[in-house]
Amino acid sequence: MLNINKTQAGTTLTVALEGRLDTTTAPQLEGELRAAVKGIEELAFDLSQLDYISSAGLRVLLSAQKVMNRQGKMVIRNTKPEIMEIFDVTGFTDILNIE
Amino acid sequence: MNELIIEAKVENLDQVLAFVDERLESLDCPMKTRMQIDVAVEELFVNIASYAYAPGTGDAAIRVETKQDPLSVSITFIDSGVPYNPLKKPDPDVTLSAEERKIGGLGIFMVKKSMDGMEYRHEGGKNILTIRKNL
Repeated sequence: MLNINKTQAGTTLTVALEGRLDTTTAPQLEGELRAAVKGIEELAFDLSQLDYISSAGLRVLLSAQKVMNRQGKMVIRNTKPEIMEIFDVTGFTDILNIE
Repeated sequence: MNELIIEAKVENLDQVLAFVDERLESLDCPMKTRMQIDVAVEELFVNIASYAYAPGTGDAAIRVETKQDPLSVSITFIDSGVPYNPLKKPDPDVTLSAEERKIGGLGIFMVKKSMDGMEYRHEGGKNILTIRKNL
């Protein structure tokens, strides 16, 4: 179960994720992002309510990062310690811009 | 009943996780450990669902056992699909930049990093993979 809340202000898009980003829910986020990032220069993920991430979720964040490398920047905010540990182990702390 | 036999398809992931979590709940498992176990179960079950019987389908058995001294939980995945030893898969290079990163291989790597033991054997035409996590 994943809730995706998008807030746009000009060319800045904030995406707040709540729940689980896993094999079942990752395609949903991927689909929503594909349309939503058009013309966006700053993409911010608010992960304060994200409880779980698996490799399927990491893949979506990695593709989003690649897209934003070409058109602006991407930041990750309010990551819970359990999620941060997964970012650490997988080297995502070096790829993602985590505030 | 500590064994679940289920068709190995991605749509059944939630049922597999519910089965495992139900057993972890009685063990007073910390949140972080529970998440690590869930991630491992997801990666391994999704692997079986995606590759073991492709393009056909088949069953997977998931068995949960607990042991004392030290207190640990072992989860065994059994399928009759193509022989596949995930321990032989090379680890991804986690130092590459976003542009250089490949999309695959992270799942098994996360399992290896977060579990305290992982064993594979191929026996009687079955893949038998056991992960162990100390609690």
